[in-house]
Amino acid sequence: MIGKETTAGRAAKFTFLGLWLVFSLFPLYWITVTSLKDPGDIFSFPISYWPENFSLENYQGLFGKADFGTYLVNSLVVSAVAGAVATAISTLSAYVLARFEFRSKSALLMAFLVTQMIPSFIALGPLYLLMTDLQLVDNRLGLMLVYIAVCIPFCTVMLRGFFENVPDALEEAAMIDGLSRLGALIKVLLPVMRPGIVAAFIFNFVNCWNELFLSVTLMNSDENKTVPTALNGFISSFNIDWGSMSAAAVLTILPTMVLFAFASRHIVQGLTAGAVKG
Amino acid sequence: MSGTSTPTSGVTAAPSVRKEGAPPRGGTGGGRRRRDFTTRRGLVVAAFMAPAAVFVALFTYYPMIAGSQMAFRNWNLTDLTDTSWVGFKNFREVFTDPAWGTVLGNTALWVVGSIVPQLVIGFALALWLRRRFRLRGLYQALIFFPWAISGFLIGILFRWMFNSEFGVVNDLLQKAGLIDEPVAWLADPDTAMIAVLVANVWYGVTFFAIMILAALQSIPDELYEAAALDGAGKARTLFRITIPYIRVTLVLTVLLRVIWIFNFPDLIFGMTGGGPNDETHIVTTWMIKITQQGDYGKASALGLLVVAVLLVFATFFLTATRERGGGRRGAGRGGKRGVRA
Repeated sequence: MIGKETTAGRAAKFTFLGLWLVFSLFPLYWITVTSLKDPGDIFSFPISYWPENFSLENYQGLFGKADFGTYLVNSLVVSAVAGAVATAISTLSAYVLARFEFRSKSALLMAFLVTQMIPSFIALGPLYLLMTDLQLVDNRLGLMLVYIAVCIPFCTVMLRGFFENVPDALEEAAMIDGLSRLGALIKVLLPVMRPGIVAAFIFNFVNCWNELFLSVTLMNSDENKTVPTALNGFISSFNIDWGSMSAAAVLTILPTMVLFAFASRHIVQGLTAGAVKG
Repeated sequence: MSGTSTPTSGVTAAPSVRKEGAPPRGGTGGGRRRRDFTTRRGLVVAAFMAPAAVFVALFTYYPMIAGSQMAFRNWNLTDLTDTSWVGFKNFREVFTDPAWGTVLGNTALWVVGSIVPQLVIGFALALWLRRRFRLRGLYQALIFFPWAISGFLIGILFRWMFNSEFGVVNDLLQKAGLIDEPVAWLADPDTAMIAVLVANVWYGVTFFAIMILAALQSIPDELYEAAALDGAGKARTLFRITIPYIRVTLVLTVLLRVIWIFNFPDLIFGMTGGGPNDETHIVTTWMIKITQQGDYGKASALGLLVVAVLLVFATFFLTATRERGGGRRGAGRGGKRGVRA
């Protein structure tokens, strides 16, 4: 609390905070250490808490026998394109929802909100049939389209919060100076909102990068698999190769951690504003 | 079908009034110019909303609506020759499935067993993070990291740590003298449920900490000063000032998390895959398994049940949101800007 702190209180507080920090980071530490061990050492006693025989063999194996590079590229392309398109589309809808009053506004907002309450995997079967009809099964474009739809609602709510923090006078002045509404949005508003938009893109990217059930359902050929689909293949096999598994996990987590560290302040802002994690 | 109705309803919504009352532009604009202006606004609304509405309608709402009729049909990918209407047969199959009882029990345990520790630990963290200290920013950034990882990968990380032979959890517990023999955590449904809960608590505490910290920072210091003058102790201050003040944020965060954890099959899917013997399934992991087996009818029936439960929760949640209208003192920064419906 905000009153005076006793020495004992401080000690208790920092002990607790320290323990939680260790608990928070340990799983990440452990998977990294495992991935850097010599494959034989992973399954030996006593368990060592440090890679005694430091080795990159687990990583080399991933790119040699498992074709992990293809999965990484697929995930990167799908997440980047879907994340960017969803951000662009959401910028438009968020702008309208922040600046205009119109009759169907609350219905639209409600429709977006409901998608946040009802999970995207609820209709996996019908979605699969729809994508079959559109001939977009096992197709990266198809997965992108679905991901764009998944990202839009939360992204819109998040960006709307950011738009509301920017005074309307800004684009009104630009429009009086002769810019169109879209022109004012792009040339005047977007530069001001850049941090928020970058955060929204990162959030979309990470969500697509991490998405499992839709990609498992829609992608089946090896050349089109995304990383989570490939990892699902790894754990479905009878004997999990924890060496490659841990290396793959590290490579999957690393980009998202870097991106989150980069944008965490804005994401926190978006979370407390939108209050729904997509 | 909502696929076409949503965007067109945007077009018909032409008379869009400016938010803070339309200022009389140029004063003597006259009726014609004014109308021209408002229809143009209507077009802007429609054009800007259309892409988002089309995507969500086609890829989210259409499958959901199309799927709901499958719940009443014999719809199995393994045999598509007979897709006749079967009434409530799929629902009966769900309710009479031997796994149903276990699935329900697990779902309740999963939600309650995750939420309670997440709330308690998240609250404690928020209280302790409230006062500035050196490196507090770094600390917050570090404990935020679990949030970057997908639920599925978290399941995998903990699956490895809870490994019965080479798992680090057994090793640490043995070193601490808490167990004598290695425990086959994920081979027994009871210990497997404990393991998935530990993983989910690890993951979810940060969210509570962030939301509660934001709310705590909205409490004016004067309240605490007054309480201190009145000689209130720590516990009294906590229960008489802090908790009542952020009550609304607490309720909303908990409701939101209930919905979210209920919907969160990823972690269990990655960690146990619902095993051993389907005994760690929650409703959503079970539904995914049934979908993967191709029984879309039964999966859709289950999906409708999930949606029904979620709608009840969501209504409850939104009513609670609306209750704290303008100027309510309880809403913290985190709460005040919660979901705006």
